[in-house]
Amino acid sequence: MVCRGRPMCLPYRATYVAIGSGKMEVTMPGPKKRGMQTVVFDNPPILASWASVVGPKEGEGPWGNDFDLIIPDYLLGEETWEKAENQMLKQTVEMALNKASLQTNEAELLLAGDLLNQLAASNFAAAELSIPFLGLYGACSTMVQALLTGSMLIDGGFYGRVVAAACSHHYSAERQFRFPTEQGVQKPPSSQWTATAAGAVVLESAGSGPRITSATIGRVVDMGQSDVNDMGSAMAPAAADTIKMHLQDLNFSPDYYDLVVTGDLGKVGLAILGQLLGKEGVVPSPTHSDCGVLLFDEKQDIGAGGSGCGCCASMLCGPLLKKMIKAEIKKLLLVGTGALMSPTTSFQGSTIPAIAHAIAIEY
Amino acid sequence: MEIPNAEELKQAEIDEYNSLVQQIKPKPPLLKHCFWAFVVGGLICALAQVILNSLQAGGMGQTNASSVTSVIMIFLGALLTGIGVYDEIGKTAGAGSIVPITGFSNVIVASAMEFKREGYIFGVGSRIFSIAGPTLVFGFAVSTLIGLIKVLFM
Repeated sequence: MVCRGRPMCLPYRATYVAIGSGKMEVTMPGPKKRGMQTVVFDNPPILASWASVVGPKEGEGPWGNDFDLIIPDYLLGEETWEKAENQMLKQTVEMALNKASLQTNEAELLLAGDLLNQLAASNFAAAELSIPFLGLYGACSTMVQALLTGSMLIDGGFYGRVVAAACSHHYSAERQFRFPTEQGVQKPPSSQWTATAAGAVVLESAGSGPRITSATIGRVVDMGQSDVNDMGSAMAPAAADTIKMHLQDLNFSPDYYDLVVTGDLGKVGLAILGQLLGKEGVVPSPTHSDCGVLLFDEKQDIGAGGSGCGCCASMLCGPLLKKMIKAEIKKLLLVGTGALMSPTTSFQGSTIPAIAHAIAIEY
Repeated sequence: MEIPNAEELKQAEIDEYNSLVQQIKPKPPLLKHCFWAFVVGGLICALAQVILNSLQAGGMGQTNASSVTSVIMIFLGALLTGIGVYDEIGKTAGAGSIVPITGFSNVIVASAMEFKREGYIFGVGSRIFSIAGPTLVFGFAVSTLIGLIKVLFM
């Protein structure tokens, strides 16, 4: 049974896929899997506590008061941007644990990632935190990747408590992906500003709080975009693909969620997403917004909006969860978006493949 | 009817998506950019001319005055980079601040400042010319070529 080249997947039963010359292949989806790409949690993991730390520019934005800490400068008393970034991540994780009255040695597992080569910030933060650690790379979708992986580990009965975190730093990212800080560069309007921000969530198997009910792991989608100053266009198709699959797999109407928020599509990507959802038949269009667009004010000279792992992480662990606690949002679909290119592949003329992962948070 | 293969379908999808992107993607304000590039670039060149004229008026020969003017302009570019002003100028001026010799200076000093954190040998030493490299490589290559042509044909 093949529909438009993709196997039709039935839960609890074997799926038969006809490939090319008629060979058959059998896949057995697990009992917690729905449809093609979505998993549902029988015992939804609870977000027991969370913390967000942002840089000065983000603190001057519209949500300044909703973050736990605004750091006074970009070096945080350290010698390099990279060291500042790992301090920021470490402090965010400690803050999240403190809010749940936990010591670092009570966190069973840390899942974290950032944008730096070899996950420098996360590795060094994990070294100081001494928590069993798995580093993750999903570009700017890392926070959602960490949350969904942590949820699967908890719901699967492997861990009772997992800390999911992600961070990014404007200057360490500029230095690695683009140009030295003091170089005079004129950026096009579609470019985005990598946020200096971090977010951490303590997930637990029991307790009270917002809970993660399902998650959709995305496929890498490459629609031939190669403009590194326009990540939004590269990532929007991946976001549309994942949102559509999530709703289809769970058989939800698009207005099931009070809000669908993407990680960092920016103004350009968000506008494209609106069009793509319509073309993919996701109607009525769900109420959607984007952390990159929300994080900064238009007047802050940030092109199409914020970006970076920390953008999504801090917006979730600051304003969005605050709104959920105040019952302004009851059902949230957070769709982390990541552009999976490297400076090397870009210089070699490759396109920018992208991915989007979704988690559903309900309270 | 010929059924398009998977590659053609994918390309058609990409083409369709590209036209959607072109519709939505904001165009850079070309006129504004050109205006500021002209104004700032022009001012930098005018400043250099003033310096050159003053030096010659002070009795310096043509060749020496040109060299000294270049050095002064390079110094100004480096100074403004060091105090963090050049990148602010560059945001508006664009090509107007990149093309003149001050832009070359900015790029080198910016790289030196950034990579000092990796030490003097592997940081500053290795990477000081990482952005300015192409200017040097192709500058040397073309000038050698021109020299060769002069020797062979003139």
